[in-house]
Amino acid sequence: MSLLEAKNIGKRFGGVQALKDVSLSINSGEIYGLIGPNGAGKTTFFNVLTGLYPRDDGEVIFDGKPLELGSPHKVTQAGIARTFQNIRLFAHMTARENVMVGRHARTKVGVVGAVFRSRAQREEEAAIERRALELLHYVGIADRASGLAKNLSYGDQRRLEIARALATEPKLLALDEPAAGMNATETAGLRTLIEGLRRDGLTVLLIEHDVKLVMGLCDRVAVLDYGEKIAEDVPDAVRNNPKVIEAYLGTSTS
Amino acid sequence: MALFLAVTPFVVGAALGNAWLRVLDFALLYIMLALGLNIVVGFAGLLDLGYIAFYAVGAYTYALLASPHFGLHWPAWAILPIGALVAGIFGVLLGAPTLRLRGDYLAIVTLGFGEIIRIFMNNLNAPINITNGPKGIARIDPISIGGHSLSKSIDVFGITVPGLTLYYYLFLVLTVLIVIVGIRLQNSRIGRAWVAIREDEVAAKACGIDTRNVKLLAFAMGASFGGVAGGLFAGFQEFVSPESFGLMESIMVLCMVVLGGMGHIPGVILGGLLLAVLPEAFRHGAVPMQNWAFGKVLIDPENLRMLLFGLALILVMLYKPAGLWPEKQHRLEMRK
Amino acid sequence: MDIFLQQIVNGLTLGSIYALVALGYTMVYGILGLINFAHGEVVMVGAMVALMVMKALAASGLPAPIIFLIALFAAAIACMALGFTIERIAYRPLRNAPRLAPLITAIGVSIVLQQMAMIIWGRSYHSVPQLLPSENHEFFGAQITELQVIILIVAALTMAGLMLLVNRTRLGRAMRATAENPAIAGLMGVDANRIIAMTFLIGSALGALAGVLVSANYGIAHHHMGFILGLKAFTAAVLGGIGNLGGAMVGGVLLGLIEALGAGYIGDLTGGILGSHYQDVFAFFVLIVVLVFRPSGLMGEKVSERA
Repeated sequence: MSLLEAKNIGKRFGGVQALKDVSLSINSGEIYGLIGPNGAGKTTFFNVLTGLYPRDDGEVIFDGKPLELGSPHKVTQAGIARTFQNIRLFAHMTARENVMVGRHARTKVGVVGAVFRSRAQREEEAAIERRALELLHYVGIADRASGLAKNLSYGDQRRLEIARALATEPKLLALDEPAAGMNATETAGLRTLIEGLRRDGLTVLLIEHDVKLVMGLCDRVAVLDYGEKIAEDVPDAVRNNPKVIEAYLGTSTS
Repeated sequence: MALFLAVTPFVVGAALGNAWLRVLDFALLYIMLALGLNIVVGFAGLLDLGYIAFYAVGAYTYALLASPHFGLHWPAWAILPIGALVAGIFGVLLGAPTLRLRGDYLAIVTLGFGEIIRIFMNNLNAPINITNGPKGIARIDPISIGGHSLSKSIDVFGITVPGLTLYYYLFLVLTVLIVIVGIRLQNSRIGRAWVAIREDEVAAKACGIDTRNVKLLAFAMGASFGGVAGGLFAGFQEFVSPESFGLMESIMVLCMVVLGGMGHIPGVILGGLLLAVLPEAFRHGAVPMQNWAFGKVLIDPENLRMLLFGLALILVMLYKPAGLWPEKQHRLEMRK
Repeated sequence: MDIFLQQIVNGLTLGSIYALVALGYTMVYGILGLINFAHGEVVMVGAMVALMVMKALAASGLPAPIIFLIALFAAAIACMALGFTIERIAYRPLRNAPRLAPLITAIGVSIVLQQMAMIIWGRSYHSVPQLLPSENHEFFGAQITELQVIILIVAALTMAGLMLLVNRTRLGRAMRATAENPAIAGLMGVDANRIIAMTFLIGSALGALAGVLVSANYGIAHHHMGFILGLKAFTAAVLGGIGNLGGAMVGGVLLGLIEALGAGYIGDLTGGILGSHYQDVFAFFVLIVVLVFRPSGLMGEKVSERA
């Protein structure tokens, strides 16, 4: 069953056609990889999908409903959470607070509740904090809960960003180059983490530069080149697709 | 602490006289303003250079509803919430068109908004006389509690408590309330959303925060604190005029917030207290000091007061760029 | 029709002065991202220093235009020294500090300068001697003074010179590079400190010129003149798109025109409900409307959110 279906997505920047007619569908429970050479439009697609850029053409059906693109918070509320290629944490908040912010969309007490410390507010607040600690534990940085986000190591910052995204209770977790800048040990740890996510029933969209990681991890892979999808298949088939070899693997593995 | 705050007016009144009691009352008003602006600038990171406009809105709301100007004499307990509400609405009115603006663009628009409000107050005496123009509105009803006007002294167990002290207690109670509200907001879902927006707006959106609404909420909350302070000011002074709400006042309140330590409530209180009290001290101390040092008054004390104020702003920022009492984590981290 | 033309001329004169001051704001903002709140006071100091020199030389018997030029020169030197010092003392140490810290020192400097001016020159308004020709000429029903023509020409030439400097010289290239990316410019061998100092020197000299021209235009100078002038000029810079030199010029001239026409017509436009007191409201209102539709000003680059 497909969780997300993107139909004919198009995006232009001035005269440049960054995305052209990109359609793909992501099935529930799979890890779906999106790869492509530099400048192929991966991140653009990502930003359109998560509402950061308005799209010019096409539509996205998510979880059976059309997704209102163009406002990131609504996309998040609909159940798609994301991380950023160049990590965007709330630098001067603690790790725990970062994850607590992630609970925003799934909680509701407002100003009045906060000012009067209503029972509902206190319970919700306690639940938010509990959930945040669980998630920090889940991604393996519970011991850094009280440290400021900016003081975490690079690998831990990536993990924290994932924990924050998970706090929004996504059905689809979209990771934008999570292994970028990581050393081999950190990448292996990341891989274990993502596999765990799948085991726990989450659907993952993975944009990656590290072809080895994508091929080893993903159930299916789509390849973008010059803003167009040139292949979509299981990793082995993609690996042997002549178009892909020409566009991408051919240049990067030589 | 509570005892200290309770006896302060008696000590100050006895030792330094009523002028200083007044200064103390004003300091509390300024602290309320600084706490309100801290929500907008300190928490949500929205630079507002026209904050005093909300103080003005609160003050004029009070003035119009409790003075012979329109012949209305509503009680203070009814007007103060109305003032807060009206100021809050103005906050949203200011916020709504400016949400897309960032940083310094927002600063100049808020500054323009503040000036617009002041100019309207100055000129809305014709064709219909609403604000009475530059002359301002006089003979405003003092705030009264339980039928007793706070402008008059009262005898308690044979001790005469002057009106200024009564106002002190009222302001103190409201300041404490505002501090509690501020702290509770800061440690809430809404407060975290504000700080998240300050830290990284894109990431905040990605966390599912409707940044538009949350920013408007910051403007509205900050403005309503200003509105309450403005209402108190009008009742306390029994007179309002546009002169009290110039750009310099907005800047003064901003300085309290930044000098004290943006986003850190105890720091902001310290900033408000220092900037409200120290310049007064200079003003009172300047003449005797100069007489003692030079045998005559060389520099007008008012000039000297402002001069030292300006120098203090420069020096404090040079040596403590994050403010005098920043939040612990910020002290190390505020450097980019 | 003659009112219209008259207000256009008045607006252009005022606007070209705004533009000169706005350039000072926008140049500093372009490089440091800082609202140099003290710039208005630098303009005021320029006017006051020039006035002092004029008074001192009044009995010297030199021809009036020569005295004017000497006064202008003295004002420029004084303002450049002042601008340089302000940057050194109040801004440079805070270059990596939280964003609002230098804004507060700028406000502090502004207050100090204003108080110093009040202590040195007193609280009263000073009348400025007429040293430049100010004959009135009738031009299609509008009154144009020779002084206004001089102001327009001087401002236009100065701005053209600045554009040449920025676009055609080594120094200009280094300034643009520093504004674009100080770190990379540094790697390319540009001494950022020197460029920033130069920016303050040039901006302050422009400010001095503006101060002298505006006091000549109104025949008046006082300690408080920098504040409102600075405010207007900053508004103009934002209107045009802060950080953009062309934007500051367009914004300045436009603001001058809006104010002049607004003052002339606001009564008619609103059926007499709003008088010319609302001139400033008009200016800020236009600013807000422009920013709502173009959040980066008229000529500012569109900044889109980047992931």
